[in-house]
Order: sequence, then structure tokens, then C-alpha cells
Amino acid sequence: MTMAALPPDWPGGFWLHWGVFVVVIFVFVMATIMGFIWFERRAMAIMQARLGPNRAGPFGVLQPVADGIKVMLKEDIVPAKGDKVVHWLAPVVAFVPALMIFAVVPFQGGAILADLNIGILYIVAISSVTTVGVFMAGWASNNKYSLLGAMRQVASVVSYEIPVVLSIVGVVLLAGSLSMQQIVMAQDIPFILLQPLGFLLFFIGALAEINRAPFDLMEADSEIVAGFHTEYSGMKFALFYLVEYGEALAISAIVTTLFLGGWRGPLLLPWLWFLIKVILVFFVIVWIRTTVPRIRIDQLMALAWKFLFPLALINLIITAVEILVWPAGSLWVLVPINIAVMIVLVLLWSRFFKLGWGKVEV
Amino acid sequence: MVIKTEPFVVNIGPAHPSTHGVFRMRTTLDGEVIVDMEPVFGYLHRGIEKLAEERTYTGCIPLTDRLDYLASMSNNLAYCLAVEKLAGIPVPERAEYIRVIMAELQRIASHLIAVGSFLNDCGAFMTPILYMIREREKILDLFEMVCGQRLTYNYMRVGGVSQDIPDEFLPALDKFLKEMPGWIDEYDRLLKENEILLARSKGVGILPRELAVNTSASGPVFRASGVKWDIRRADPYSIYDRFEFDIPTGSVGDCYDRYRVRIEEMQQSLRILKQAMEQLPKGEVRSDVPHLIRPPVGEAYGHIEAPKGELGFYLVSDNSIAPYRFHVRAPTLINLTALRDMMVGWKVADLIIIFGSIDICMGEVDR
Repeated sequence: MTMAALPPDWPGGFWLHWGVFVVVIFVFVMATIMGFIWFERRAMAIMQARLGPNRAGPFGVLQPVADGIKVMLKEDIVPAKGDKVVHWLAPVVAFVPALMIFAVVPFQGGAILADLNIGILYIVAISSVTTVGVFMAGWASNNKYSLLGAMRQVASVVSYEIPVVLSIVGVVLLAGSLSMQQIVMAQDIPFILLQPLGFLLFFIGALAEINRAPFDLMEADSEIVAGFHTEYSGMKFALFYLVEYGEALAISAIVTTLFLGGWRGPLLLPWLWFLIKVILVFFVIVWIRTTVPRIRIDQLMALAWKFLFPLALINLIITAVEILVWPAGSLWVLVPINIAVMIVLVLLWSRFFKLGWGKVEV
Repeated sequence: MVIKTEPFVVNIGPAHPSTHGVFRMRTTLDGEVIVDMEPVFGYLHRGIEKLAEERTYTGCIPLTDRLDYLASMSNNLAYCLAVEKLAGIPVPERAEYIRVIMAELQRIASHLIAVGSFLNDCGAFMTPILYMIREREKILDLFEMVCGQRLTYNYMRVGGVSQDIPDEFLPALDKFLKEMPGWIDEYDRLLKENEILLARSKGVGILPRELAVNTSASGPVFRASGVKWDIRRADPYSIYDRFEFDIPTGSVGDCYDRYRVRIEEMQQSLRILKQAMEQLPKGEVRSDVPHLIRPPVGEAYGHIEAPKGELGFYLVSDNSIAPYRFHVRAPTLINLTALRDMMVGWKVADLIIIFGSIDICMGEVDR
């Protein structure tokens, strides 16, 4: 397979590269988010035996545009006793990191804003900043539901960061690099086969970090109304909405890059492969959302610390040992071993670990 | 360092996505844990009991539609039974069967909404309730055939029903009875063994047997606590003594049991419907009742096993054309009295599902 990476200064000077990619990424993210919003609503509608948006444009594809116009024309309401500056700042703090993640996501060989040699570490660091924005929103709204939602968000992100990072380390060990480009290059076998357990843990943890069902506790509409953005309206609300989908897009892109072989694939254009894989991952996220109920906050914590965390540690150790004793051999041998290890470990752990009761004596 | 914390009060409701109307819970929370809960009723009070005392006995029937608007047929039936008891009016055989068919269809429709919205409260994003609404629509189609209405039917009359069922009704009902078991199986496949649903609802919000008896709870909530009490068996009204059916009960009295009892009751209702459809006789659907009923001085209590519990109408007559006293024993109001005991110690998320598992209808609670 030809994997000749384009020179880092493509297509010319540094500033040209920079300028082109900032525009490309911004347009790509915005357009894909719009597409995802439409896609999620239509896909969910089909799964739920209803039609979904079908008025604006053919098959309702212009619905996100119509929503966008509506939301921009809406009145911007700030609670009377809220902290106005923080209330204004929060959506921005939450939105910018979601966009910044894409700086290191390779759309195809060389098509990347900055091929940082610490790419995945940068993503881990940047993505947690969104939490600060969410907590600012919850605090500044001066609303009890908002505060509850924000507290849940902080608790879940702090806990789930650890298994997510530990499962990424397995990938990094295999690839021998933190650079997103290098990780894709290393995937002659997609890492989902070499790291099935790591993929599972990463995906569960990532769902919790981006607050998609069944871990969407921070905006659990049946419990705490809309969580941290209860008091938001107009464009500020739209920014939080964009954050939600931007994060889902980012997670889809990261899963694609780390586990599904990034842009690599036969026949089709590389960036097309990338897009197909991203949409596939996003579809799985939507599918999960329509299928399962929500779990409770204590169960969420228990899942992170008693299930994901130990398994992520074991996965890391097994990967390290495998690389140590099998440094030069064909990696295909490891595929069935790792899948078997995953099945055994998950079955074993689910025997000991039950999502327990949560009654407290008061 | 010890961080000082203190409980804070959250008003859940009256306008909240999961309070099934306008119900308010004044909740004291310690973090996520419920320390205390005080229900506040009355936001939907319309004075139906007083309104009814100004109307004729027949004119009260549309008011009963507005009590539990998810089960109007059952309300009609309970009220008509009370008036018939008061005035000693006979009901033709065919009308009795039609009434049973309607009441059991209504039970299925109401339980579909109950289970669907319970799962919505659990956080299953709209999917279960939309599946169940899909089936409920078919029941509503049947009702529309019979009386032209889809929500407030106003179908039953004192001494029978307002009109005979049309010709196309029985084939449509037959088709429904053939399809429905498959749909119930579908719900079971999706939900019965769902790990998250089990974790969320098993052992949550237990209503112990003694407490259930002491609060005079009724309906699926009562039976989930392990008491085999169904007015269709305990005090058979209409023609329920002619049908074969079981009374499903739970063992623990938690949210999961309540959900299971409702699903199993739907299956039993299908059994009753099948028998009623086969035995349906020909004949009149309404006995000769004067336009203005003047029952003799006295009192009567007519009660039925409504989808949500024991629905009773207590009527006092002073030999005029309007009831002197019209009282509704609303099952959900009484089921709600044990709410605090079920909730304390659980978390905010559990509060919502415990409340949802009781299956209330504010129209009936506040009247």
C-alpha cells in the first residue's frame, strides 16, 4: 500500500498550510456536525418507528440549517442572579477544545494541521478542558438542576479519564509513537483486532466522557430537566449543542484513527475511508442511544472504578508482555489470543461485578 | 479537612419533564441522595366532584372521562355501575360483554403508556414509549370505530352503552388479538433481561407488603407487593365471574415487579378479550332508561379494577336528577401516599423511576 506521507510543509509554506487547514477543519467540523445532527435524528426516527424531520429540504436535510437560523434569532436569556461573565464565557470554553482536537486528526496521509509527535497526549489534555466550560455553565446559571448536572459531569469525566488513557497506552505501545499519523501507519492490522479489550474499554469510557447514552447523566432530561444548559437559550445554547455533537465527532475520529486504521483501506480514496469509518462509529453511538436506558450516578462511578479501571490495567500489562516476548513475529498470531483474552476477562469480571443497589440510610 | 455540606431543597415539578403532568415534589437532597420528600398536590384541581353535583346522572359521564384520561372507558364503567346500583337499573347481556371488551382494551392501552413512560423515566430515549404508542394507536382505532373518539370516549351509558359496535369492529379486534402477543414478546425481548434496566429497577423503591396493605394501595402497585387482590376476582362486577384469567403478582414490590405485573396483566387481558369475543351474544345494548334518572334516596358505591387500581364512585341520591354527593376514590392518589417511604434514601434518578413506576395520571389525582 502506498503510504507516502506528504511533506509536512505541504502544499507550500508553513502559513499557507496553516491557513488552508484551519479553514478546512472548521468547515469540515461544522458541515459534519450539521450532517450528524440530521443523521442522528433520521436514524433514531427509523429505529423508533417514526419519520423524523422530513419537511425542510429533501429528506429533511436542511433541518439543522433551519434550527440554526431559529436558534440565532432567539432571545438570549441570562438568569437574573446568575454570574453573567461566566455564563457568557462557559459555552466558548466548552466549544473551543472540541474544535481544537481536530488539529491533530489525520484525514489522510499528511492531511493534518499539525502532526504533533505527542498527538494523542494533546487530545487527552485538550478534551478535558470542555469539562471546565460545562462546570462554569452549571455554576453560573444559579440553578440547582444545572449544578447537579455539572457536578455529575465533573465526577464522571474525572473517573473515566483514567481507563480511557490506560486503554490508549496499549495502542501507543503497539504503535511505538504518540503521533496520530504514526499510529495510523503502524496499523497494518487494525488495532481493534490487536486491542479488542482496549477498544471496548476506550469506547465505553469515551461514551461516558462525551455524555452520550447510556451515560448521559449530566443532561438527563427525565431527571434534571436539561442539566447544565437548562438556563441557556439562543446561540449560547446552540454552542453547547455543537459541543455535544463536536465531541461525538471527535470521539468517532479518534476511534477511527486509533483502532480502525484511520484513512487506510482498499480501493476508495483515503479521506473517503476516513469519513466512512467516522460515520460508522457515530452510527454505533446513535444505535446505543436508542437502545439502552440510562444508568445511575453511583453505578456510573462503580463501572469506571470497579470494571473499566482494573480491566484497563490488565490490558496494559498483557499488551506490554506480548510486545516484550513477541517483538519480531507476525502480529496476526496475537489477534486470536487477544480476542480470547478479552472474552475471558469480560465474562470473569461480569461475574464479580454487578451494577449494585444504591440505597443510603438517612 | 472536613468540608461542611448541607442538604438543599429542590422543587421537582410542578413543571418538570417527568412528573406526568403537574405534580410537585418538594425534595430535600444531600448531594444526590434524597433525605426527605413532600408531595404537593392540587395543581390540576378542576372541581370535578362539585361540578358533577350540578349535573344530571347522564351528564356526569363526560366528566368521568376527564378523570384518568388514559383510561376513560374504565371510568365510564365504574360510574355507570355505581348509578345502576343506586337506581337498580338492569343491563342487557350484550352490553355487559361490550363493556368488558372495552374495559380490557382500555387496560392494555393504559398499561402500554404506563410501561412506556416508566422506561422513558429510566432514560431509554423515547424508543420504548414510541413502540408502545404504536400499539396503543391500534386500540384507539378500535375505540374510534365504536364511538368516534380517541381519548375521551363518553361511550357507556347508565343501563348499557351508547350504541352497538359496528360490523367491522369484531374482525379488527380479532386481528388485534392475533398481533398483540407478538408485540408483547418483542417488548420482553428488548427489556426483560436488559442489564441496565435490571440494575436500575430491581430492588429500587420497594413497597413492602404490610405498608401496601396499610396505605390501601391497589392495582398493579399493590399486586407487585405480592398481594393477590383484584376486584375482578375479589368482588366480581359486571360479568367477570364468567371469564378465566390469572392474577399476576410480584414478589418484592420493587419497580421491576411493577413493570412485570403490568406486562403480564396485558397478557391476561388478551385472554379475557378472546373469551368475551367468542361468547358475545346478540341483542339489545341498552335497557329502557328514562332520560332524567331519579334514583331513590340512598347511597351506592360502585368500584372496578381500573388499570391503575381500585376506581370507585360513591354516590348519594336525594331523589333529584343530580347526585347529592359525588365522590371519586382515585387509585393513583391513594397509591401516591406511600411515595415518601419508597423514595427516602434513594437518589434523584431513582425518585423519577419510582414515581414513574406507580403510573399516575394527574387528572385523576387532583380531579
